[in-house]
Amino acid sequence: MAESSVELRDVSKRHGDTRAVDRVSLVIRRGEFFAILGPSGSGKTTLLRMLAGFESPDAGDILIDGRSVRGVPPNQRPVNLVFQTYALFPHLTVAGNIAFGLEMRRLPRADIAARVEEALDMVRLQGKQDRLPAQLSGGEQQRVAVARALVNRPAVLLLDEPLGALDQQLRTDMQVELKTIQERVGLTFICVTHHQEEALTMSDRVAVMRQGRLLQVGSPRDIYEAPQSAFVANFIGRSNSLTGRIEMVSGLRCTVRAADLPAADPVVAACPAGAGIGSPATLMLRPERLHLSADVQVDGYDNMLPARVSKAIYNGSETQYLLALSDRLSWQVLIPNAGNGQKRFQPGESVFLRWRADEAVVLSE
Amino acid sequence: MNPDAVPPDRPESFRAAPVPRRSSLLLLPALAWLGLFFFVPLALMLAISFASRGTYGGVVWTLSLANYANVLDPLYVKVFLRSVLLASVTTVLCLALGFPIAYYIARLPARRQGIWLLLVMIPFWTNFLIRTYAWIFMLRTEGLMNQVLAGLGLIGSPVDVLYTEMAIVIGLVYGYLPFMILPLSAAVERLPPSLVEAAWDLYASRWAVLWRVIVPLTKPGLVAGCTLVFIPSLGAFMTPDLMGGARTMMIGNLIQHEFLVARDWPFGSAIALVLMVSVLLGLAIYLRAERAGTRLAAGG
Repeated sequence: MAESSVELRDVSKRHGDTRAVDRVSLVIRRGEFFAILGPSGSGKTTLLRMLAGFESPDAGDILIDGRSVRGVPPNQRPVNLVFQTYALFPHLTVAGNIAFGLEMRRLPRADIAARVEEALDMVRLQGKQDRLPAQLSGGEQQRVAVARALVNRPAVLLLDEPLGALDQQLRTDMQVELKTIQERVGLTFICVTHHQEEALTMSDRVAVMRQGRLLQVGSPRDIYEAPQSAFVANFIGRSNSLTGRIEMVSGLRCTVRAADLPAADPVVAACPAGAGIGSPATLMLRPERLHLSADVQVDGYDNMLPARVSKAIYNGSETQYLLALSDRLSWQVLIPNAGNGQKRFQPGESVFLRWRADEAVVLSE
Repeated sequence: MNPDAVPPDRPESFRAAPVPRRSSLLLLPALAWLGLFFFVPLALMLAISFASRGTYGGVVWTLSLANYANVLDPLYVKVFLRSVLLASVTTVLCLALGFPIAYYIARLPARRQGIWLLLVMIPFWTNFLIRTYAWIFMLRTEGLMNQVLAGLGLIGSPVDVLYTEMAIVIGLVYGYLPFMILPLSAAVERLPPSLVEAAWDLYASRWAVLWRVIVPLTKPGLVAGCTLVFIPSLGAFMTPDLMGGARTMMIGNLIQHEFLVARDWPFGSAIALVLMVSVLLGLAIYLRAERAGTRLAAGG
């Protein structure tokens, strides 16, 4: 059996004048929870619809379980889709919806009943099998949609913005539940989303798309800790950036002089491979990796920059500070809220920003 | 006091506000019209149907069921059955022709939908009588259809379509097709395309998508379209009169004949009322079965 569950080879698709999907190649492993993340218009939904068979690529090939699915209609593909709007049949009961795919494949009645029962168990909807979709809450409808697809035991389960229609609390619960279900059934899940938190928490690997192209593929940790482009760094989580030129290289470290900072404040960072003196560099820094202090401290941090607090926003679990580093440069910092002894900074206060050299991701363009 | 409560000067006015008494005055003109021009004549017809025909065609006020007994004459029952058959064939053909058109129109972008719906309705701008004569011109022995078929070498001698039941059906389908297309396209438009895709994704063949998803979910439109075609077809008299010739009489012709030619108003009224009551009964039985079916599906 092939190790890859889904393989895309140079897949392209045009919609009128725009390249909805532009030469995407990708291998998705068997049993993996894979997220395709991108803003709207990035081509991720087109990609999913091509996997489901509703659209066909203009160029390239798609392989599912090692076999090309070119020209294979959706009703003959070993994939099932959980629609963004759930698309439950309003005239069928919960059980009728879940049984639909099995009935279409003409399974024996007893088998259908047993598998519907099992699917209801899995999504915790026992006792609701005779309800109509309109009599269910949003979260319950979502679980029916998942059960209706999973009951067919597809080679790949496709999810189109599965949690988009749910409110925040339910969304968080369903993230965990979907991940649990996926681990239990061991099927390949491919989830399309524009919600970065969803992608990071549920998936084994994430692909970031923009304007039809694949920007980066990796584990959530890779994507967050080592973004390969400014777009990925800003789209996944929040990020502070600093652009400048490399002034000095010493071993694995380099000194960067930023255009927007006073000349007296060079910054030390890990040196990107192949970068030489004078080459441009962009530093990306996560707001939660920065530290603040009221006075100068030299305690193992490689960098220290003076700044002024322009805003302090209390978020419950953390406080978000907006800082002005110079006239042209403002950053944000997230400090977890601790007990009463914690120093809290007020707008207008002068502070010092500190971080270790290896906390910054350096992109050299 | 609970701060969330509705202020006392606005008592529950947001939901299910009762219709102010004065608004019901708006119904008055329509009610007066209906009463005067629908219920009064209907009551008159009911009364006449129990009377009998005078020697010179007048109405003699006797109370008898003779007219209703007369309706059961095999001759008239045959006309009635033929009408039901022709109206049914017309409805089925309208459905078969209208559904694909309606589906196509409903899935077009809104702007182009308007153009297509306009095209469907354009025939209404011309007098129905003139359009029927156009059909006669096309279907008659030396008409357009036979000339084209002969010209193509498909037939040796002209086929006689005009003045047959087939001509009646052609005329009725032509006349009532828009009444099928309009409610159907509205129903299809309300069907989210994702449901069709979902069925297709769940291994349904094209036929299964149609029967298991599209038909059940566009049923209100199907029922409306079939009713709008069947009922007027059943009572049609102009099309069968002009295109069916003297041999094939439909119930509409019979009623017309009794009123205008035989001048037997009481018998004509009885036939008309039997027709109306049987259509209403048919609809009532259907609706009852439908409601029971829905209750069953909902799990009681």
